[in-house]
Amino acid sequence: MLPAIPNLLSIVTFAPLFGAAVIMILRALSRRDDEAVISRNAKWISLWTTLVTLALSVVLLLQFDGHNPGYQFVEHYQWFGPISYHMGVDGISILFVALTVFLMPLCIAASWTSISHRVTEYMVAFLLLETLVIGVFTSLDIFLFYIFFEGGLVPMFLIIGIWGGKDRVYAAYKFFLYTLLGSVLMLAAMLYLVTTLGTASIPEMTRLLTERPFGLDVQGFLWFAFFASFAVKMPMWPVHTWLPDAHVQAPTAGSVMLAGILLKLGGYGFIRFNLPMFPDASEMFAPLVMALSVIAVVYTSLVAFRQTDIKKLIAYSSVAHMGFVTMGIFAGNALGVQGAIYQMISHGLISGALFLCVGVIYDRWHTREIAFYGGLTKLMPHFAFVFLLFTMANVGLPGTSGFVGEITTMAGAYDWGTWVALVAASGVIFSAVYALTLYKRVMFGVVTNDELKKYPDINLREIAIFTPLIIGTILLGVYPAFVFDFTTASVDGLVNAYQAAIGG
Amino acid sequence: MLFETAAHAEPAAHGAVHAAEATHAVAGAVAALPPEGMATIVTLCVFAPIVGAAIAGFFGRRIGNIASQTVTTGLLFLSCVLGWYIFIEHTWGGMPDFTVKLLDFINIGTFQSAWSIRVDALSATMLVVVTSVSSLVHLYSWGYMAEDDSRPRFFSYLSLFTFAMLMLVTAADFMQLFFGWEGVGLASYLLIGFWYQKDSASSAAIKAFVVNRIGDFGFALGILTVYWQFGTINFHEFFAVIQNQEGKAWEFAGFYFSALDLAAFLLFIGAMGKSAQFFLHTWLPDAMEGPTPVSALIHAATMVTAGVYMVCLLSPLFEHAPQAKMIVAYIGAITAIFAASIGFTQNDIKRVIAYSTCSQLGYMFFAAGVGAYQAAMFHLFTHAFFKALLFLGAGSVIHGMHHEQDMRKMGGLYRYLPVTYAVMTIGTIAITGLGIPYTEFGFAGFFSKDAIIESAWAMHDTPQGMFAFWMGIFAALLTSFYSFRLIFMTFHGKKQWDGGHHGHPHDDHGHEDHHAHDAHAHDAHAHDAQGHAHTPHESPWIMLTPLILLAVGAVAAGFVFAPYFIGEHAHDFWGHAIYTAPTNHVMHDAHEIKEVWVKLAPLIVTLLGLALAWYYYLHRPSLPKKMAANEGPVWTFLYNKWFFDEIYQATFVKLTKWLGDVFWKIGDIKIIDGLGPNGAAWAALKSAKNLVKTQTGYVYHYAFFMFLGVVGLLTWAVIGITH
Repeated sequence: MLPAIPNLLSIVTFAPLFGAAVIMILRALSRRDDEAVISRNAKWISLWTTLVTLALSVVLLLQFDGHNPGYQFVEHYQWFGPISYHMGVDGISILFVALTVFLMPLCIAASWTSISHRVTEYMVAFLLLETLVIGVFTSLDIFLFYIFFEGGLVPMFLIIGIWGGKDRVYAAYKFFLYTLLGSVLMLAAMLYLVTTLGTASIPEMTRLLTERPFGLDVQGFLWFAFFASFAVKMPMWPVHTWLPDAHVQAPTAGSVMLAGILLKLGGYGFIRFNLPMFPDASEMFAPLVMALSVIAVVYTSLVAFRQTDIKKLIAYSSVAHMGFVTMGIFAGNALGVQGAIYQMISHGLISGALFLCVGVIYDRWHTREIAFYGGLTKLMPHFAFVFLLFTMANVGLPGTSGFVGEITTMAGAYDWGTWVALVAASGVIFSAVYALTLYKRVMFGVVTNDELKKYPDINLREIAIFTPLIIGTILLGVYPAFVFDFTTASVDGLVNAYQAAIGG
Repeated sequence: MLFETAAHAEPAAHGAVHAAEATHAVAGAVAALPPEGMATIVTLCVFAPIVGAAIAGFFGRRIGNIASQTVTTGLLFLSCVLGWYIFIEHTWGGMPDFTVKLLDFINIGTFQSAWSIRVDALSATMLVVVTSVSSLVHLYSWGYMAEDDSRPRFFSYLSLFTFAMLMLVTAADFMQLFFGWEGVGLASYLLIGFWYQKDSASSAAIKAFVVNRIGDFGFALGILTVYWQFGTINFHEFFAVIQNQEGKAWEFAGFYFSALDLAAFLLFIGAMGKSAQFFLHTWLPDAMEGPTPVSALIHAATMVTAGVYMVCLLSPLFEHAPQAKMIVAYIGAITAIFAASIGFTQNDIKRVIAYSTCSQLGYMFFAAGVGAYQAAMFHLFTHAFFKALLFLGAGSVIHGMHHEQDMRKMGGLYRYLPVTYAVMTIGTIAITGLGIPYTEFGFAGFFSKDAIIESAWAMHDTPQGMFAFWMGIFAALLTSFYSFRLIFMTFHGKKQWDGGHHGHPHDDHGHEDHHAHDAHAHDAHAHDAQGHAHTPHESPWIMLTPLILLAVGAVAAGFVFAPYFIGEHAHDFWGHAIYTAPTNHVMHDAHEIKEVWVKLAPLIVTLLGLALAWYYYLHRPSLPKKMAANEGPVWTFLYNKWFFDEIYQATFVKLTKWLGDVFWKIGDIKIIDGLGPNGAAWAALKSAKNLVKTQTGYVYHYAFFMFLGVVGLLTWAVIGITH
């Protein structure tokens, strides 16, 4: 047994920030004309920082007690007024921390050669992003949560706005506008909660609200305010249109973080705030959420089918997959909520990997037009295998993690209302249509474009990036207990409380 | 429920009797522990192929073709030997049914599943069928694929398929069944699209996957329906509590259905997709784009029979779901006649056999639909041998004809491919079911197909029984006709090919391939075409050996196994694997048929079909050509496969594309973006377009100040509250 490390959670959260500080200090100390050296140092420091963070998180996972439904590794220091520095993880949040620290070194490695200007700033932005995102999942104080939650967007704007494609300004703007709308409402709701309950502690709020819930009207407004913010993040239909643009403009690693982690903030928020704090409103609004979820599944799958840009196609596919998540959460049963968490983790791996696949070909030919490609299997057999595996995972083939999330969320939703499962299940047909059509157009056929012959198959660095993702996708797909062992106790507690509150 | 229909007072949802309580009652019936050493043997049998697939797949380039082929084929033969051992032990050695649990799979509350290996009469039978055909197909492919430059990939896929199929047949719960179900779908997709440079091949691969997904859509909903009705997805627990739901109603998508019929019907949709039944059959003929050994293994002998297997496995459910069972019978009977009707107008040798497969699967389904699960399984068993034989024989012809598949360009081949001719004739006699009624003399199909037709007759007091019987008889006539037509067009009559003239424009298959592959090995024959006469040649022994072994099966599988599958030992043979309701006497009644004409009818129509084929294709071969040239309405309708592809293309495919475009260009761009970010706000920004261009830092500065402002506001608010 590993020794307990004091304040481990804070160390994990702020380790990347520390790395970022080291990079900044080193740059300040360096001569200005040493740009190449500074960049190289920045990359290596970032990589090591993220790897150390990953290692520390492994300790966190090993020391986590899956049978304990409550918060663990809790740190609590009084600041001022009701605000305190309050950190902790439970079975719901710890896996998101794990997912973040797992994807981050891959993002750094994926940017190794593709980012050539302002490398230092880029690395600092990513490390800052890592700290802020981990903070969202580890903070138990509502203001701390808010700061991390909103703060996380800033490095993301920078990543899209500085290192993005040619329409990056429009994309960043659209992203910002949508998010702002939701945030303002959420901020108001949070202020209301703090003033009314006299505490800023999330567990404390949940406890108070379980004992003495608000009336349905108040719950309704608060629920909706949180919903507005999280729905944009997910993103749910019809507030999803920022996502394809943001993805298309973002650099590869930016897309990985966006799809892999930032989208999960919405789902996490629903599970942390909406469901336990406003159960009656959740039940009341569930039909709305279910309707939007299944619309997302069918509508965006069909839109994905018609895309001509690879990244847009995958972005739309993300929206469809997030539809399963919201559907599972608001089914309000153990299958649905566990399935939703699982689906988010799984989607983090799969969509991350798919965006990395796009990155592989974009780095070589600098276009995302599907029509430009064709017949790559012949030229890049290793890449063909990787891309096929993640395409299949994306369509939810059993044996990959994609399947478990879909079937469990559908199972949860079936009990809520069979028509939800019915419509969502049609998504498995459409996902096969768009994903296999994409694969065919890019990978199959005869090579007619001579440009394609100019570059080789994936190199060792790229293989090293994909390998952990392949292992993760298969391991989780074959043995989902890797996730459920963490989530079961906490989710059971949450679901039982929810069912008791709504009298089900 | 949102759309609950108020008229029904019955509290249907949550009415499930959860299995957990009932499980204890039947715990005694579980043969929990496998006999000594058997757990290892069955595990090895199931997992050997995936080891081969992994080695050939990941290291194929490094270890080379021969090593890849040896490893995969060797492990498959190991699997085959173990499979037979398990079957023999189970049938004659008194080995009880058992389940080996390997690892937990999806476990949430009562949603419990595990990776396991279930051994009973059904799975033992399938182990034998799958591993036997697969190992022979592996061996055959040494010869057939000898000139292909991606052999490791090919063998890896074949072994991957075998593994998925074995997981499917040994599943002890719905999750593993679904894993195998989609796993074989993946392998099928990969192998149909094996020659991925051919557009037709990759399109056919997608079609196969997507149509199967339509089936899986129903299948998945069926699984969920079972789960919420019974609180379990484990077969054993599920079967133990089925009676509890009899007569109950179940709400689904706003309507009330008979609970068990709904579950059975949804699951059957999955079977329709996988087994290419009417409406969902369109992928199977296109699947012939794959290499011929694949057609033999996957699209004839094993994967496509998974649907039949599932219905038999779920016999406890179907026995309590009379309406669903009736649908199974009707769909099966319609498919049997429908596919056969197309079969006799097609000219591509592989397509004829593909439609034949589709039709034979129809037979199996209507057998299950009338309650004769044993007969369905028996036909599945015999069909695997003779259909694999016919496909591999067709492959031998195609190989010998230098990738010609059009039967109109064959003829008189018996002299050039004598062994192939002999075994294909055996296969044809087996599929047409020739044999002497009232005796034990007959080829494989005689026992199994006649058993099916007699079972249908045994149910002739029900409309579906009567319908299935007549369709079965009529389809037998057509089967005989198109099967002998194939033999006559290919092996008899005048030579329609010309030695030095290979490569006419019509030779679509061989040559498309040819252009498609730059390396083309697969078609290397065609390369030396310059002026060199191409005489059709017999295939090498490595291809003929599997053919001969399968021919032995096509002859013997019937009379050797009939007593066990459907005869006097059937009760002991099947044990608890197949359930028949106390009211189901179909197998018994089928044995006791008094009507002589019913017994003789299959033989009569088979001989009639043979005579007609002889008349049209040997005696007066100009007649069918005239018919084709006239393009009469019936002929056109059949030749174009009842226009299913065209209808689906014009409706579903078009609609999907149209909806996609509408949602994207109108829904997203015009409405959502138009009213949202591109509306008021973006218009304001656009008016200051130059500003944006010059100050690209605008957005993130703005974002940053926004962030600071929010934090400031927050701090102020909090301090305000607390003081």
